[in-house]
Parts: sequence; structure tokens; C-alpha cells
Amino acid sequence: MKFSGFKVVKEALTGHKGWTQLWRSPEPKKAYDIVIVGGGGHGLATAYYLAKVYGELSIAVLEKGWIGSGNAGRNTTIIRSNYLLPGNQPFYEFSMKLWENLEQDTNFNSMVSQRSIINLIHSDGQRDAYRRRGNAMMLSDAGAKLLSRDDIKRMVPFLNFDNARFPIKGGLMQTRAGTARHDGVVWGYARGADQRGVDIIQNCEVTGFKIENGKVLGVETSRGFIGAKKVGVSVAGSSGRVMEKAGMRLPIESYALQAFVSEGLKPTIPGVITFGAGHFYVSQSDKGGLVFGGDIDGYNSYAQRGNLPVVEDVLEGGMALMPMIGRARLLRAWGGLVDMSMDGSPIIDKTGIEGLYFNGAWNYGGFKATPAAGYTFAHLLATDTPHETATAFRFDRFNRGYVIDEKGVGAQPNLH
Amino acid sequence: MLIPHPLLGLRDSQEFTYLGDASLMQRPDASLDNAEAAFCDYVFLRDNPAGVHRELWFHEQGDRSWLVVTRDTTTHEILGAELASDVKGAAK
Repeated sequence: MKFSGFKVVKEALTGHKGWTQLWRSPEPKKAYDIVIVGGGGHGLATAYYLAKVYGELSIAVLEKGWIGSGNAGRNTTIIRSNYLLPGNQPFYEFSMKLWENLEQDTNFNSMVSQRSIINLIHSDGQRDAYRRRGNAMMLSDAGAKLLSRDDIKRMVPFLNFDNARFPIKGGLMQTRAGTARHDGVVWGYARGADQRGVDIIQNCEVTGFKIENGKVLGVETSRGFIGAKKVGVSVAGSSGRVMEKAGMRLPIESYALQAFVSEGLKPTIPGVITFGAGHFYVSQSDKGGLVFGGDIDGYNSYAQRGNLPVVEDVLEGGMALMPMIGRARLLRAWGGLVDMSMDGSPIIDKTGIEGLYFNGAWNYGGFKATPAAGYTFAHLLATDTPHETATAFRFDRFNRGYVIDEKGVGAQPNLH
Repeated sequence: MLIPHPLLGLRDSQEFTYLGDASLMQRPDASLDNAEAAFCDYVFLRDNPAGVHRELWFHEQGDRSWLVVTRDTTTHEILGAELASDVKGAAK
């Protein structure tokens, strides 16, 4: 079944009887060429590109719960490519380009909306830093605009421009950034992968790896042993728990990151806005809710929920930036698990075990990376060499001294 | 979360800053031949357990002592707290 405007009209006139399921629910086979552990956005995108771009024919995605039930369903749906460092920025720009063509590529409405992002500037020093970042963005073809205070007043007049401590002095804008519908991304990739023969197996938890003589032979699961020539692990906040089963320690600590949504409101916030003096960012979903977030809860956690001090901190940031937010009622708050790495940047690499590959350590930034993480992880799985935009995301960068530390805070994961 | 400080009783976790795994107290011996590799593991690799975790908290807005707090990372339940200096002394 192919989605199109014509199909929508036809179904509307014939009682909606022609819609079919988006993916099958097959029984797992005894063995596959490639098994992907984790049916989130990254795992499904990996399977999709493996089948579509790299011509792999025997792929399974194993998911402990239902697809998209982890961080893919818990994020704040922002897409952007406004990084600074050479190891990062070309990768995120590659991702942005994949986002721009995603819906045509997967024939699925993922509601990609390039409504822009503005990072606010509150001091002269911050303007210098953002000018430098904007130049790095332009070098990678991402585009960037330095905005004056008056520009911002025209675009988003509701901000608190004359906050006594943090007056708004300007902003850095990426017009191509925006948001996407998180479930739509998961479903689009799942459907696209399924159409190309990928088996998506839900409610199938990986409980261990079968490793002999330093080579992986398959995975033990809650639905029996599944053989595999190659295994790609892409499990977001559970990386520590899963890779421990393969005997690996990682340069990662797991933390809880909270997000919030208000009641539905009429259109009020045009794009994504980030506060430059505290950690607070906000956008408005197409349903009308203000979606916002801030810092992680600053201690190791696998609880998928946060605590009240961070809620208070985030809401204070919101009130300082845009006092009108105080008139909206908070509808929901939730938490996800994030892999915080030692330099705040991700890992897409082989492991010391032959046939076992790892994609993780996405810190706060996994959602925007979904298409490129899937593409480059698929490249690595299929060709055994890193994709040209992901050559820096190696395990050995820590002992070689080539960390990618955007924030420059060192090996202290809760500060990234 | 309330942290049961051994000297001051229950204190709000907001008074503390968090460093990480308590094994960070055991620095490798810099004079050994494998010191470079040992320090790399020490600085960058973590056990990151789901469950009971012993971790370092600094009572920054209190008596400025370091504590070793035992906490369950799956529930946030705090199981105990000791002065880091006592833990270090007992290890010697």
C-alpha cells in the first residue's frame, strides 16, 4: 500500500476499507545475517537503510517492548544541525539533509516541519561564541543567521527582553531546523523496513549474547536463541545494561532526562526557542501543547522518571524567559533514560568482539540524529568501515585523546 | 531525595553536588608500567549498574564533606550514607 493524496480521497469515498497494517508481526526465524537489538528510531532506521541502501536481505529488529516505546517516544522532537566541532557538525548536517527528504523517501507523513530554531544571546561573550558556532555551521552547509535584538522582538515579541540579569541581546538562528512527529518517524521507518523484508519482532527481550572465541554467534532472547552473523546494539539509555551482557564496560553513565507539555493552546510559538542563560527550550506541537525541557537529573538513574528539583528548575527557566508561560497549565511530565558519555558525544563503532557493533551514547541528542545514526550504523554494519560523517565517533577516541567535547567540561557526564 | 548525612541527619539532596561512582576514590598507581591504560580506564569507563550504586556526593551547601551514598538507581531509594574519609580509612 502506498500513501498518496489520491489514496486518501479514494478511501474517504469507499468507507476506509482499503487501509492495511503498516508492518507484519512475524515469528522470529532461527537465524539472520544481521540482528538489530532495539526497535527505537535508531534501530528501525538502521534496518531500513541496511535493506534500502546496502541491499541486505536477512535482517531482524528485536524490541523488548513495543517499537518506539523508549526514548523515541519520550523526546521533545527537535531536529537541528547547529553544532560546533568538526567531528560532530558534518554528521548532524547529514542528518538534517535526510530529514528534509524523509517523508518522500519513506512515503510516510512524519510531520517534518522546518520551523527554525533560535538560540538566544544574553551577553557579548555569548554573541562571540555563537558567531563562531554560526561560522562552523555555514562551513558545513547548514546555514546560520545572527539575529539582533530587534529581529527577535519582531519574531517572538512575548519574550522577557529586559530581564534584569539576563537581557536578550540577540540570537543565533538556523531556519532549516524544526520539529518532527516522533511516532511518525518510528512508524515510517518500521513500515519502510518491513516492506523491504525486515522482520520487526516486538516483545522480544535480548537476555544475553552467544560469544565464542571472541566472535558473536547470536543472541539469547525471551523468545529463544536467534543466530546472527552480525549484531548491532542500538538501545539508547539501556546501553550499559545490554553491553554488560557482552562483558563490556562503557564510557557512559545513565541519567534521567525529563520533558514537559502544557495544555493545548492556539498557535503562539513559531519555532524552537532556547534560553541562553539557563537550560530551557520550548516549541509548540501541532496539537497546540507547549513542549519544553531542560537539564537532566544530575545523578545516575535507570528509573525513567525524574525528581521535583529539576521540574522546579526548568519551570523557573521558562518563567524567566517567557513569563506568559505561567498562564498555561502543565499537562504532563515524563522521563527517559539517556546515555551520557564522557565527552557528551555519541559512539557508532565496532566493539572488541567480532560481529558485535554498537550505536549509543547519544546524550540529549538522539532524536535529531535518528536518520543519520541509522544510515551510518547501517554503513558500518554492511561495510565494516565507518561512514565518512561518523569517523570521529569511535570507542578509542578516549584513549587516543581525541574526545569531542562540545561543552568543554571533561569526563563528567552529568555536566554535558 | 533526602540523604542521611552521618553527622547532620537527613539533608535535601539539593544541598549536594554529585560526582559519580565511588570507585573514583581509588586512583591507579601512577608509577606502574601500565599506568597510562589504568588511568584511561579510571577516567573514562564506568560500571554504570542498574540497581545498587555506591557514589560520591559533596555537601557543598553544608559541611563540605564528601559522602559515599549507597542508592538504587532503578528506584532512587537511598540505602545508606557514610563519610568518604571513613570509607577510605577502612580501605587502608
